[in-house]
Amino acid sequence: MKLLAQGSELDGFLIGECLHSGGMAHIYHVTYAHGTHDPGFPMAMKVPRMASGDGAENIVSFEVECQIQQVLTGSHVPRFVATGDLERMPYLVMEYVAGRTLQHWLDAPQPLAVEVISRLGVAMARAAHALHLQNTVHLDLKPQNVLFRPALGAAPAGPAEHPLDSFGAAVLLDFGLSHHAHYPDLLAEQLRKAVGSPAWIAPEQVVGVRGDPRSDVFAIGVMLYQLCTGELPFGEPQTAAGIRQRLWVDPVPPRKRRADLPAWLQEIVLRCLEPEAAKRYPSAALLAFDLSHPTQVHVTTRGTRTEPTSFRTHFKRWIKAAGMHYQPSPVPTQQIEEVPIVMVAVPYRDATDATLYSLRQAVARSLGTRPGARLACVTVIPTSLSNTTHEERSETQVHRRYLTQLHQWAQPLDHPGHQTSCHVLESGDVAKALLDYAVGNQVSVIVMGAATHGLKTQRFVATVPIKVAMDAPCTVILVKQSLPFERLGARAADTSHVSTDGDLTEPAKALYGDDLGPLG
Amino acid sequence: MKLALLSDVHSNLHALEACLSHARAQGAQQFAFLGDLVGYGAQPSEVLECVMDLQARGAWVLRGNHEEVALEPPPAAHHLGDMGAQWTHQQLNPRQRGWLAALPLTQSVEAVLLVHASVNQPERWRYVDSPQAATASLDAAREWPQARYVFGGHVHAQTLYYRGAVGQLMPFQPQAGVAIPVPRHRHWLATVGSVGQPRDGNPQAMYAFFDGDAALLTFHRVHYDHAAAADAIRRAGLPEFFAARLELGR
Repeated sequence: MKLLAQGSELDGFLIGECLHSGGMAHIYHVTYAHGTHDPGFPMAMKVPRMASGDGAENIVSFEVECQIQQVLTGSHVPRFVATGDLERMPYLVMEYVAGRTLQHWLDAPQPLAVEVISRLGVAMARAAHALHLQNTVHLDLKPQNVLFRPALGAAPAGPAEHPLDSFGAAVLLDFGLSHHAHYPDLLAEQLRKAVGSPAWIAPEQVVGVRGDPRSDVFAIGVMLYQLCTGELPFGEPQTAAGIRQRLWVDPVPPRKRRADLPAWLQEIVLRCLEPEAAKRYPSAALLAFDLSHPTQVHVTTRGTRTEPTSFRTHFKRWIKAAGMHYQPSPVPTQQIEEVPIVMVAVPYRDATDATLYSLRQAVARSLGTRPGARLACVTVIPTSLSNTTHEERSETQVHRRYLTQLHQWAQPLDHPGHQTSCHVLESGDVAKALLDYAVGNQVSVIVMGAATHGLKTQRFVATVPIKVAMDAPCTVILVKQSLPFERLGARAADTSHVSTDGDLTEPAKALYGDDLGPLG
Repeated sequence: MKLALLSDVHSNLHALEACLSHARAQGAQQFAFLGDLVGYGAQPSEVLECVMDLQARGAWVLRGNHEEVALEPPPAAHHLGDMGAQWTHQQLNPRQRGWLAALPLTQSVEAVLLVHASVNQPERWRYVDSPQAATASLDAAREWPQARYVFGGHVHAQTLYYRGAVGQLMPFQPQAGVAIPVPRHRHWLATVGSVGQPRDGNPQAMYAFFDGDAALLTFHRVHYDHAAAADAIRRAGLPEFFAARLELGR
């Protein structure tokens, strides 16, 4: 394929400057030639290289990219504009996204701050999850395919200055090796050869499994490992046997290469890099959750060890890996539904035992028996509570007090199959705080009391549960109180009586004590 | 051309009408009936009148194995199928029988090749239910050099076969209602499912919709009054099994 001349016209697009001239394709800036309709964003045209010597897989992969790019939506992928006829003049026009690829951070002269690494990881995991929710698995995530938009509200930086800690959402590029569960997989084949980039490809991809969202979790793990240590966990193998090694080999623990890394981060990175997909994060949303809540990460020896895995362990895995073969993957959205993040909003005050009991029952039902489901218990306290004249310790103390209450409430829900974490948020607007938390953490289900967080006037104003239910991005379960009578009797001695108005009037002294006092 | 592909109606007028109105709402400009209009169901005559009317306005209609047995039913009924064929035969008038007898086995229109079962000896009614059988059918379609799309029925299941990276045919289970790009530079084979007797545990009627200009193929599932269709079978005195299977989609 010859280069298109700048200033020439193709199917109504005016060809601009050539942005990239790679082994697989040329990329040009384009505009509409006649200025009839303005898409409202800059556009780029990708033209695959298809000289006589080019392999057939190049064009199939371009076909796959056009097929999938057309149906993807959301801010984590470039917006689709048009495709050319594959037989006549293949091209793909899409949004040109300004920003830097992950390579920019890998090229940084100094080791990156842990906080920057985890924020980059969160952005990547959220983007991958957004893709998985559309039944698509990327399967070729690597630094050059992950782009970070400029931070919202950031002043446009000059070419020389790109502060490492300033970036926005991640955008995933190049769907040429991707898999969409609703379309025939043109890259699938009986022989099931590995398709992907050797340094980042997941073990199951090596044996031909296409379509498992946990393969993307693995690739993000490789990139996190690079961000932490500056090295590739499995090197850059050039042979099929070299690539196959990751079916049984654990990488050198990142903390051996960089001593100042916290154990929680190593725990996260190595969990992403588990050879068996079932031992990794079951969804990218759960990975993002751990990265954004370091104190809630359950650190095991995986996070603390600094010695490489023993020969014995590797040898046992090697035997097992010899039998690994292709198995079809479940549909991504079904797989994600199996591992929901369940969020429960527990009122910090004014809740009766009956309400708290019913909330707990509803949460237990929502978690079901699904191993891998995650529970986030959230309580929102008003800013005024910690905004005292005392020293800065007071905020921590207030948080700790509510955190302890939350832990006590959640304790009966503790189950080895689920991870539970507790979070105290501070905000004047309870509904907004809950919604922001749900959106930010890709929560699958919100459980809250139908008449909690409320006032007596709830029949006349939109209460917190109603606001949350109307604006939530996910299912909201509104729980009505029900407590077996015998339990009510048993608690009557130490709790104030349950009024007919339910949980609206009486502070639950038994749980929260007297010292909190009413609000304001 | 926006083409609705309907197969294996099996005398189920309720399902046929539901699919026709669904297809018209999708903008169908042309209808193709891929055989087995009759058999099993209670309203063979009504279905034939409906399809004959559409054919007079340009629809393509093919012959299936159930047309054949309805024209010449076995003299003695050995099983439920034979009994149904005899009953159907009695329901049809000479004009309808004459029309059935004239139906072709295949029909080729531009890049589309229509058949009831397999292009590989259509009169043998081979089931296209595996990549191997699909390959045999697609290979036989080489006789029509311009054919890119082979659409058939007979197996009562919706499957799209396409060539994978190394040239072998791969089966794909479509998601109902999702438009699948089927670019013209590849060869495709689809079984469009059964309008009148789904057998995959879902009682909804099946058909497919092909948009030739956009090169998109959509497999649809359409809700219809299967209880009414089952009642009609019971009222006609046909075997209970034929009625019950419509309610269960088996």
